[in-house]
Order: sequence, then structure tokens, then C-alpha cells
Amino acid sequence: MLFSPYITKPDSVSKIMLQVLFALIPGVILYVWFYGPAILVSILLASVTGLSTEALMLKLRKRPIAPFLKDNSALLTAWLLALSIPPLAPWWLIVVGTMFAIAIAKHLYGGLGSNPFNPAMIGYAVLIISFPSQMTHWLAPVGLGSAGLDFQSQLNYILKGALPDGLTLDGVTMATPLDTLKTQLHMNGQMQSILEMPIYGRVAGVGSEWVSLGFLLGGLYLYLRRIISWHIPAVFLITLFAISGAFHLIDPARHAGPLFQLFSGASMLGAFFILTDPITSPATPRGRMIFASGAAILTYLIRVYGGFPDGVAFATLLMNICVPLIDAWTQPAVFGRKDER
Amino acid sequence: MRKLYTFHGGVHPDTCKAQSNGRPIAKAKLPSKLVIPLRQHVGHGARVVVEVGEHVKKGQIIGQAEGHVSSSVHASTSGTIAAIDMQPVAHPSGLPELCVTLIPDGLDEWVTLEPLEDWRGIPHSDLRHRLRNAGVVGLGGAVFPSDMKLYAHKHKIRTLVLNGAECEPYITCDDLLMRERAEEILMGAELMRELLHADEVLIGIEDNKPEAIAAMQNAASKHSSMEAIAVPTIYPGGGAKQLIRVLTGIEVAAGVRSTDLGVQCFNVGTAYSAWRAIRFGEPLISRIVTVTGNVASPQNFEALIGTPIAELIAEAGQLPGTTGIIMGGPMMGVLLPSDKAGVIKATNCLIAASDALFPPPKPVLPCIRCTRCAEVCPAELQPQDLYWFARAKNLAKAEDYHLFDCIECGACSYVCPSNIPLVQYYRFAKSEIWAQQAGQKAADAARERHEFRESRLEREKREKAEKLAAKEKAAAKGASPPVTDKQNAEPVDEMQRKIQAAIDQAKAQAATVKPRNTEQLTPQQMAEIAEIEARRARIREIAQASTDAQPRE
Repeated sequence: MLFSPYITKPDSVSKIMLQVLFALIPGVILYVWFYGPAILVSILLASVTGLSTEALMLKLRKRPIAPFLKDNSALLTAWLLALSIPPLAPWWLIVVGTMFAIAIAKHLYGGLGSNPFNPAMIGYAVLIISFPSQMTHWLAPVGLGSAGLDFQSQLNYILKGALPDGLTLDGVTMATPLDTLKTQLHMNGQMQSILEMPIYGRVAGVGSEWVSLGFLLGGLYLYLRRIISWHIPAVFLITLFAISGAFHLIDPARHAGPLFQLFSGASMLGAFFILTDPITSPATPRGRMIFASGAAILTYLIRVYGGFPDGVAFATLLMNICVPLIDAWTQPAVFGRKDER
Repeated sequence: MRKLYTFHGGVHPDTCKAQSNGRPIAKAKLPSKLVIPLRQHVGHGARVVVEVGEHVKKGQIIGQAEGHVSSSVHASTSGTIAAIDMQPVAHPSGLPELCVTLIPDGLDEWVTLEPLEDWRGIPHSDLRHRLRNAGVVGLGGAVFPSDMKLYAHKHKIRTLVLNGAECEPYITCDDLLMRERAEEILMGAELMRELLHADEVLIGIEDNKPEAIAAMQNAASKHSSMEAIAVPTIYPGGGAKQLIRVLTGIEVAAGVRSTDLGVQCFNVGTAYSAWRAIRFGEPLISRIVTVTGNVASPQNFEALIGTPIAELIAEAGQLPGTTGIIMGGPMMGVLLPSDKAGVIKATNCLIAASDALFPPPKPVLPCIRCTRCAEVCPAELQPQDLYWFARAKNLAKAEDYHLFDCIECGACSYVCPSNIPLVQYYRFAKSEIWAQQAGQKAADAARERHEFRESRLEREKREKAEKLAAKEKAAAKGASPPVTDKQNAEPVDEMQRKIQAAIDQAKAQAATVKPRNTEQLTPQQMAEIAEIEARRARIREIAQASTDAQPRE
């Protein structure tokens, strides 16, 4: 107690991150409901890897370990990555991705607060480029695949890579709704008939639309608790809605509707949890809007014209590059100097 | 209802005012001694006009205002001058200042005062002179001599804003003053309005002070041009710029005079003191001080200027566990290095600090750019960017991002989830920039001197050459003058003697010249220099300690 102010608001980085983790829970519960508990194994593996990599890196960098481990930031990165990749995958997939995210994308850039790129999305990018085949085997929603897989078998596959006799990976997994749409359109499928496939539900994928709704709920909680501002999620979703709506209006046969885009892939997770990472997003309100609209446009273009199943990760990383520039461009006018601009 | 404006940001810390605003203002006991600094205001210190051993009466001038911006200092009671020397003062630097120590004689005997029944016929310059001689300075904390602010400006002043917002937690001195002495405050405001040729007086009071608002509204109803207005409670709503914005909608940028925009602002306590000074001739020898925090009975005292802080705290009953005394509020106040110093005109509040009230700072984590600081910054700055620039000593960039618009209110540090002492970084960057500018100025002066000398030497050489040429020309024309011969013929030892004489003379001259800028300093100047140096050293130390922004366990 040497300098004013002598009082502080009882808030901490650790509590902020904890609230974000908390806000992920509705989405995770719906995930388990529709796809079985494999995702919990991924989250657990990611958490353990994330925390131990964080501790190791802190030790190597000669930084105090306990206060940084308690800040919950590594845990959040781990969870976000786990939620971004297929849950039914060999254990080393999530381990490698998390290690890369924490060690390279976070600590080699200076640790908490200094990383220019979203670590979870770097982890995702590394995995999808290095292990594309493992990254396309998404669990089919419960009751939808050609064969069901109980938790014991899921665990067996994750840890030992072994499936029950008579089952193939293709039998229990499928491409994501976004990927399926892209492939079918490539094969000259008709939009109407594609969307009648059993994988599609009310507005998008049969289970994933619910999971997206869960993330939307959690995101609203973050907004109400003032952990995030409205700028990034609102502008991202509105822009994505607008651009997909425009394409849909022009050519409905080849472009799915805007609600499909909003409730597919990582739209909701990205809007509320990934793009809003304060460290890698702009600090000014106008900057956040530019950032979010850019991310939405890139997401749509990558989804429709790119070679990857989803566009959120690469859109995030590409927009992360622009953050310093956007911030410099969008400095708000200060008190009493509004006419000087 | 008057339309009120808002300003960006602000925070809502626990106000902690109920502790001290329940009791009326008490008159503090006559202390055992008074330690009165000669410089309690912005500007030149007052010149001592008394001697050790001299007996003075209450209200007698002991320090005469000297220089353009200055204010007089008075004996707060009658008694004997015991010492005139450097003493610790209520300032964070802990450096001593020239103080007059007065031992009260217990009679509390006033000097002959010069009251004014009706000030309206008196020339304004006389009124200003009276205010200056009465030592009236801004009591909101800025302690700027009030007479300097009270004249009809080039730009027409429309509004006089009277600041009774008192937004800092714990402080209730203005609250109690408004409750108990509303009429006199408004008499002072009327005087100020007249001196400023202003049209209206708007009194801003935060809405957590209903009694003060009622008292002031009641008193204001007797003046046609005055209005007491409840403003929302939000820190730092009592900052002059913020209150002006809320009441008038005008934003006064840093470096801009509010008077150029038609507004002048005074604290309610200043208006009260100005009134006492003009109407009754009473100089500013006491003020209301809130004594609160870790004390048995928090309360407001009317304390004599110079009352040792320890004695005043003792009146409220200091409790065990006190770790230090904060002067001002918990957001912008300063931790006093000593409780031996005397109450000064800027002492609005004394908080006995304890670990329970103000826990030690938590470990610092890196900035995660959450921008909570930007959300609460009333100057609408980007504190997270300024923090990076200050840390990287990227001072030019910090200035670009309007570092000097920062009012150091501390709202950013208050909300920072990483517990970064942001305000300290800004103070550090500001002082570094000031030091650089001073260095630059000195370098410019040195370069100018050097260039001037070069050109002088050049000129002298040229003149010599011309003279020689002219001489040679003359010699060539006529017969060579005998002088030349004589010069040439001068014996060598004679030449050496002359040279030696010249050198001796130069040496003697040098010995009589003393460096003027470093030796004949007044104690005030020395104190000022030492204080600045100490502050910079301390800030540097702090900055060094937290440069890595490493968690400290």
C-alpha cells in the first residue's frame, strides 16, 4: 500500500477466465447429450496437457508457476481446442494440439497477454494441416450413425485406437454438416435434397444446432456479466447472417440459408468465445466491429470456397494479424478533443 | 428538471461516507504546537515576515505572498514563533519545507480584522487583493490561489460551477460544510460570480448527500441566479472537468482553460473561505477535515492550519492496527510519510489506514487487454495502450495517445483484474517526459551558446585581419611608422611579464565569480529540486520493480 488508489475492485484474471469456462458448460452438456461422453475425455486430456505444458513452460521461462497456473487461461485454451476438434480421435491428437497451443503459440510469444494469435486456433490449424484425416472423423449424433458406440468403446478407441469387432471408423463417424453440404454440392447435389439428409435437423446439423444454441446461451451469460462486450459477437453474427443471406438470395441452389450458417460449425463458439479473446482482438469498440465483420466474411468465404470444413479458425487467425493495425486506426477521440479529428 | 450530461466511464467504489457524516463538525482542540508550511499553495512560497521569538496574534500574516502566483500564510492562533526551519510536510515526497512553528499561548487572540459590511461598492482589484492577503486558495485539493481565477476573462464567463460533488470515498468535509453553512457558501459564490461577471451559479452535489442538497437548495432559493443540482454518484464525478461536463455539457480538454469555454469552477469550501475573508476579514487559518478510517469516532473537525496530524487523528481516537495515514481519499490520496506534519490548506481528509481497510496489493499479472480500464476512463483514453508505451518507455507514442490528458483519477487501476498499478506507470512516463524536455531545453541553450561563441570568435578573427590589412595598407602608403619598430624591439621578458599579468588578472577575476545558478538558492528552491529528484528516483524504483510485471508472491 504505497500508492493510490488504495482500493481495488475484487476482480481477477482468474475469475474472468473461470466465468468463461462456466459459460461453456451449457454447450458441453448438449454436446454430451447428442454425441455421448467422448468429448469429456477430450476436455480432460486437453486440461491435463494444458496445465502441465503451462507449468513446464513457466519453469523453463523461470516464471512463478502457481499464480499463472491459477489464472485459468491455459485451461480455457485447452477447453476451446477440445471443443474444436473431433472428440473421437486418438488421444495424442488433442495432446499434440494443446501442447502446441500452449508451448508455441502462447509461451514462445511471451506468455499470457503477449500472444498475437489465439492459441487454441493455432492448435486447431496445426492439427488440421498435419492430421487432416483424423480431423474429419466427427462422431455421428447418437442414433444417427450406422452403428452406435457406447462410452467404453469410445474410450477404447481414444486410448488404444481399437474399435469393436466388425465396426469401421467410417461406420461410427461422419463429416460435419458443413462439410457434408460442401461435398454434396461438389457432387452436384441439389440443395433441397441435401438438406433432407438425416444429418440435418431444423436449421442446421441435427445435434450441432443444439450445441450451437448452448454456446449462444453461454455467450449471452458472458455479455450479461460484462465479461465481453456486444461488439464482436453481434457484429460477427449479423455480418455472417447478412453475407450468407445475400448469397442465399442470389443463388439458393448452391448456398445454404443464413440460419444454417449461424448454427453450423464453430459460428457460435467463435462469436462468443474465440473471437472475443481480449488478448488477440482489438481493444477499441470500432476496432472490434471491423475485426468481427472481417472474421465473418472470411469465415463465410472459407466455408464456401475454401478447402477446409470450417472457416472460423483461419478467419480468426487472419484477423488476429490485423489487430495492431485496426487498433491504431480506430483510436477513439479523447475527452474534450472530439472536434480535433 | 435541468438536463444533465454524462461523461464516459467512471466507477462505483464503496463510498464509506456514513462513518463520518453522522456527527456535526467539531472544533478541534487547540494543539500543543502548530507547524505551518510557507508554501501550501501552487506558486511561490510566501516570504517569512516574522522572527523566532516574536509573539503573533491569530490571523496575523507570518508569510507574505510574493511573486505573481502566491498566497499569504497566517498565524492560526496567537502565540510565540518557536522556529522557522525545514520541517516534514504533508506531501508524499517526505521532503522538508520551510515551516513556521508556533507555540499557542492559549488566548486565541485575534489581530484587528478589517471586515467589509458591503463589498459591492469595492473595486474588484481590491477584493482580489484582500483574497490574496487572506491566503484564500482552492480547497478542493488544487490549492491554486483563488484571486488568480477571479477576474472577468477575455472570454465571457457564463457559468460558475460550484463543486460540492465530493466523489471520493470516505471524504465528507464538503458534505458537512454544505449542511451546516450553506448560506455562507452561497454568499461566497455570489461574490465570486460578481468578480467573474458570470451569469449563473450551478452547484453540483452528488445524490448520495440528500441533506446537503436540501440545505443548498434551500439557500439557493434566495439567489435568483443560483441552482443546487443533484448529480449522479459516480467516481470521479467530482473532478472539475467531469462536473463541468455533467452540469453544462462542455468538455474541457487537457491544456484548455475552462474560462475560454465560458466556465469557471470552485470548490464549495473555497467559496465559504472567500466569504469569511471578504465579509469578516478572516484569513484562511482553518478548514474542515474529515478524520476517518481506523479511528474510534470518525468525524469532521474544523482544524487550525498547522495542527499536527497525529494530534488531530488522536481526537477521533486512533485504533490499533493503523499502518499509516492517507491524506485525501482512497482513490487519489497520498500516503503521508509522517504524521508529525501539520494540517495544510489541501488537507480535506485524513484516513487512518489499516490492513483490513486497505489490504496490501495483490500480485501483478500481465495485461490481458480486457479494456476494463478503457471502459472506466473518464478521459476516454486507452489505458492499456498507454501502459504498454510507458513500460516500453516509448514516450513519444505515449504522448501521441494523449498521456497528458490523463487526470490520474485511478479508475483504471481500481478495475484492473491484473492488479497493474497503471497510474504509477503514467506518472512515471509523465515525469520522464518532463525530464527529457528539461534536458532538451538545456541542450538547446548550450548549443546556442556554443554557436554564438563560434560566430563571435569568427567575427573577431575577421576584424583583426581587416585591421591588419588596413595597417599594412597604411604602411605601404607612407613610411613605416616607428611604432612597429618599437614593438618589435620590445624585450622578450617584458612580453612574458605582460602575459603573466594578464593570466593573473584573469585568474583573480574567475575567483570572484561564483556560479550563480547552483549556490544562491532559497531553501524553497532547494527543497523543490530535491523533491523533484526524490520523486523521480522513487518512481523509477517502483517502475523497475514492476517492469517485468511479474507476479510477486
